[in-house]
Amino acid sequence: MADKRKKWEDEPEEKVSAGGDDVVAAADAHAELEAEAKKPEPKAEAAPEPKKTKAIKPAAIVAWFQTPADLYKACEALRDAGYKHFDAHTPFPVHGLEVAMGLRPSILGWIVLGGGFTGIVSAFGMQYWMSAVDYPLNISGKPLASWPAWVPIGFELTVLLSAFACFFGMWALNGLPKFFDPVMQHTSFDRASNDRFFISIEAKDAKFGKGRAMLEKLGANDIEEVLP
Amino acid sequence: MSVVVRDETAIELQKDEIGRAPLILGDKQTFSTVTDTVAGMTEKKPPKAWPLLLGLAFSVLMILGASLTRLVGWGTGTWGLNHPVGWAWDITGFVFWIGIGHAGTLISAILFLFRQKWRTSINRAAEAMTIFAVMAAGVYPAFHVGRVWLLYWVFPVPNQMQVWPNFKSPLLWDVFAVSTYMTVSILFWYVGLVPDLATLRDRATTKTKQMVLGIFALGWRGSHRHWLNYEKAYLILAGLSTPLVLSVHTIVSFDFAVSVIPGWHTTIFPPYFVAGAVFSGFAMVMTLMIIVRKVYNLQHIVTIRHLENMNKIMLATGSMVGYAYAMEFFIAWYSGNPYEKFTFINRAFGPYSWAYWTMVSCNVISPQFFWFKKIRTSIPIMFVLTIFINIGMWFERFVIIVTSLHRDFVPSSWGYFRPTIIDISTFVGTFGLFFFMFLLFIRFLPAIAIGEVKGVMPAADPHAHDDHGPEGDGHDAHGSDDKHDKHDDGDAEAAHG
Repeated sequence: MADKRKKWEDEPEEKVSAGGDDVVAAADAHAELEAEAKKPEPKAEAAPEPKKTKAIKPAAIVAWFQTPADLYKACEALRDAGYKHFDAHTPFPVHGLEVAMGLRPSILGWIVLGGGFTGIVSAFGMQYWMSAVDYPLNISGKPLASWPAWVPIGFELTVLLSAFACFFGMWALNGLPKFFDPVMQHTSFDRASNDRFFISIEAKDAKFGKGRAMLEKLGANDIEEVLP
Repeated sequence: MSVVVRDETAIELQKDEIGRAPLILGDKQTFSTVTDTVAGMTEKKPPKAWPLLLGLAFSVLMILGASLTRLVGWGTGTWGLNHPVGWAWDITGFVFWIGIGHAGTLISAILFLFRQKWRTSINRAAEAMTIFAVMAAGVYPAFHVGRVWLLYWVFPVPNQMQVWPNFKSPLLWDVFAVSTYMTVSILFWYVGLVPDLATLRDRATTKTKQMVLGIFALGWRGSHRHWLNYEKAYLILAGLSTPLVLSVHTIVSFDFAVSVIPGWHTTIFPPYFVAGAVFSGFAMVMTLMIIVRKVYNLQHIVTIRHLENMNKIMLATGSMVGYAYAMEFFIAWYSGNPYEKFTFINRAFGPYSWAYWTMVSCNVISPQFFWFKKIRTSIPIMFVLTIFINIGMWFERFVIIVTSLHRDFVPSSWGYFRPTIIDISTFVGTFGLFFFMFLLFIRFLPAIAIGEVKGVMPAADPHAHDDHGPEGDGHDAHGSDDKHDKHDDGDAEAAHG
């Protein structure tokens, strides 16, 4: 753990020498200013000073780790300590993290099943009604309700409606689009989509008060409270 | 910019336990260098060739515009169609482009289901290629109806005749198959893009970029609670796309196989068309990726191993196509049907024999060179071979369509199809559309799936050995660490998918 911390401390200098034009890789002090300038929300809300938090209650406490392994251990520790409302923010899905966080599997599959069922029923219903009821079409003397010929369109609409259910269902479950979230105010949160592994504990968690101490103990970097 | 390791010994050292080269080359690669490389493609000034190529593609796109204007103004008689050849370059072009699209879905969906991690370096570009190829394909059915303003008749919407489409027709199945394919491909592609758009948003330097990328990134913040649903959605979309892609070319082949024309009416068509589609599509992915990796210096992300794997798939699908050619002849003889037999002998030795043998030499012979590792790993040779395959697969569709039609049952209605200049310019123009879109894509969107590439790097494993440090340094990131065994990758994947 100790030498890993050393590594990230060294990191900004390496970055600057590697590519001076890179905004993200700029030195930490610089990065703070940059991040403030880049955020779409008013500057006043970004990067609150700890003393201000007495006036307005913070929404969450946010910090970051250098590696997926550190994040994984931290999530396990929070889960074991009884935290419920905490989250990880990573540039890619860290496999198995849901186990470390104690999350339940996604229910998306059931939504898609609903979509697919709607698709197949409506496809056969539509084809039956259109070609056998509303305007019966005699094609080469075949039966009006000739279901084998309806299989291709039945299949396609099943897939189409499943895909729509999957797409919209996923964003709905995630509550997206949502263009602002308190955790985005962390000074280096722009690297959550690059190379840092963030952890956040929401204020509504019963153990939120002990959160900072907990994260400090876990060796998290830049522990910050963010306003709603 | 990252260091590209071409040193053979360096690659040798990074090989895994069964001797496969690493997915991402270079010992200095970290998560942020991957971000820098890929995001840099959209942020830095494009290579000098880019504006020139875009201009060229745009000019060719204008040829398409002019050809279609002529077509709409004049009618389909401006093409070389005649009696008995009522379908020719239009449907050839349609099947050609749809087939090319299939490789993208195969890479993004089928290889995903098979857990082929090497796909991550190429899937984004291949998916984009799918969408643009389906757009190019869509031009043909949309315009070959002649009166394009009545195209909505193909959809089951109320129209002035108060009649519904004929649901027993393969052509209508095709409408549903292709439009579903287009829609699902776009959804799948966009779902994959969102986290990478968020990466670009977080790096954006101007307000406009931030706003535009911010809107399309939907406020993605990498939350693991979101990733959980996201990965499930990705898995489901892959699971839906896999039968979908097979169904699309199956239904395209039904356009022919469900008819009673000798040469078309064969049960081998669906698997034969699907294999051919994958074959041609991989050839196109290869042609493009060989150029892109060179121009954008992506040799460490799209490695020789990726190219070699794709060559192996081309060898397999190319051999299937060759088998199908042989089997068609066998069945023509074995069926004892004189019309069937005539059609196939005519195909190989009749007036279109030149097209037939072009097809055979490009599609059957050229992929066989990929049996040799030296050829599989030689970029100039594979580039040439992929071009041959692209040509051969166009000829395959032309041969199937035109040779089966041009000699009807009665010799008095025999004919010969010659393309007009508008036939040719329409087809050339679709390349303009395809490349124009592809060039815009490569300039403005992350052409490599940033998040997915990071996910297959050794450092991404949450159970990596502690002493390896943040970069990780090798293949054996799945430690033999017993205490973590219950969270090993396999378990984790089973747990959420």
